[in-house]
Amino acid sequence: MGFAYDFDWGVLWRQPYGMWLLQGLWLTIKIGFLGWIIAFFWGICIGTLRVTPWRWLRFFSSAYTEIFRNIPFLVQLFFWYYAGPMLFGETFGRQINQISGLNDYVAVIALGLYTASRVAEHMRAGFASISSDQYQAVLSTGMTQYQMYRYVIIPYALRIITPPLTTEFLTIFKNSSVAMTIGVAELTFMSYRIDAETFHGLEATTGAMAIYLVLGLTVVQVMSIIENRFKIPGMVGR
Amino acid sequence: MFDAVAGNITFLLGGFGVTLQLSFFALTGGIALGALVGLGRISKNKWIYRPITLYVNFIRNLPLLLVIFWFYFVMPIIAGRPLNPFLSAVIAFIIFEATYFGEIFRAGYQSISKDLSAAAYSTGMTYTQTARYILVPIAFRRMLPSLITQSIVTFQDTSLAFVIGLQEFVRRTSIVDNLEVRSIQLYGFVAVVFFIFCFIASKISRHFEEKGRKTGLL
Repeated sequence: MGFAYDFDWGVLWRQPYGMWLLQGLWLTIKIGFLGWIIAFFWGICIGTLRVTPWRWLRFFSSAYTEIFRNIPFLVQLFFWYYAGPMLFGETFGRQINQISGLNDYVAVIALGLYTASRVAEHMRAGFASISSDQYQAVLSTGMTQYQMYRYVIIPYALRIITPPLTTEFLTIFKNSSVAMTIGVAELTFMSYRIDAETFHGLEATTGAMAIYLVLGLTVVQVMSIIENRFKIPGMVGR
Repeated sequence: MFDAVAGNITFLLGGFGVTLQLSFFALTGGIALGALVGLGRISKNKWIYRPITLYVNFIRNLPLLLVIFWFYFVMPIIAGRPLNPFLSAVIAFIIFEATYFGEIFRAGYQSISKDLSAAAYSTGMTYTQTARYILVPIAFRRMLPSLITQSIVTFQDTSLAFVIGLQEFVRRTSIVDNLEVRSIQLYGFVAVVFFIFCFIASKISRHFEEKGRKTGLL
């Protein structure tokens, strides 16, 4: 016994389904970008704390990276979405739950906090690749610790780790698909929603795959321009 | 304090058992296929190299969640009958993770220099002996830290089978949470269990990495 499957690629452009996919793409891009802003700056902070002379700050940052890297992102997302508001107490938590579009905000924050731990690890590798002579040379010019990191070491490390950060930037768009589990209507969610209405999930997910590929290729193109601008002359690329 | 976890512990740990089963199949399949994919990626035959490279780059650009859905939709069409979600999840994980393991194997194979095999041959070793006693052990030790790290990622990734209704650890937790509404302790429990396993594994990976660095292997 076998059943024939009627392919209907029309779901990719027939309205409203074609529009759903585009709306989903737009939300995927927004969540990825906003999450990246959190991840980038918070990741730099965490990564820098890891090499500071203060023991408790070092402990905090290594605990942060271990915790966020060793728990699945889905579990983190559920924790922030379902348990997060309760952490603020009964009444205040209930108020938080009434915010409209709460799931979108939670997705951005959770994605940002998670990706920050990965950015921090790259930062650490970047710092490690800067020789200790460099630190001493900077300090000998009379800069303070803060000035050294702010004006020399962090910009230097960031230029070294631009290629792995590109990979992370690509990953954040892929990881944003997990947000569908808390009802964020991004691209993967929309392809699933088309299946729920038309039973043509195969065509819808295939279409979503094509869109993710185009998105990924675009990001790679843009990032290769940025990488070229920021690469340190005389140092080999990837 | 932990009433909701304690009251449903067998149900929850049963879900963790499903997670472990899923991880086992995803890892054995993913590593085995990955070893072949790695071979294909260094092949000089373009009819092997090009399709394998296309497959790797294609899959690595997609979110795992979408790949899981895609196989969930396509498998019943291929089989001509409804399949259970566990099987389609396992296949999706193997196809997906093999591309990541494949790149680790490729790096491992490429890390072996011509000099090394030439030196082995010059002592009078045959090809099989060279591979068996020199090349494979060295490549394996070099790859081991990355293989463990990717295995941790795979183990965490199995939680995404949640979306096709598979009753693994996270899905069962959310079922309990819907009844009991004890989100902090329930999701906290899942987080702690995952953390313990992954943290220990990451320490083991780091141990091998440092050992490799000390002996000059890495």
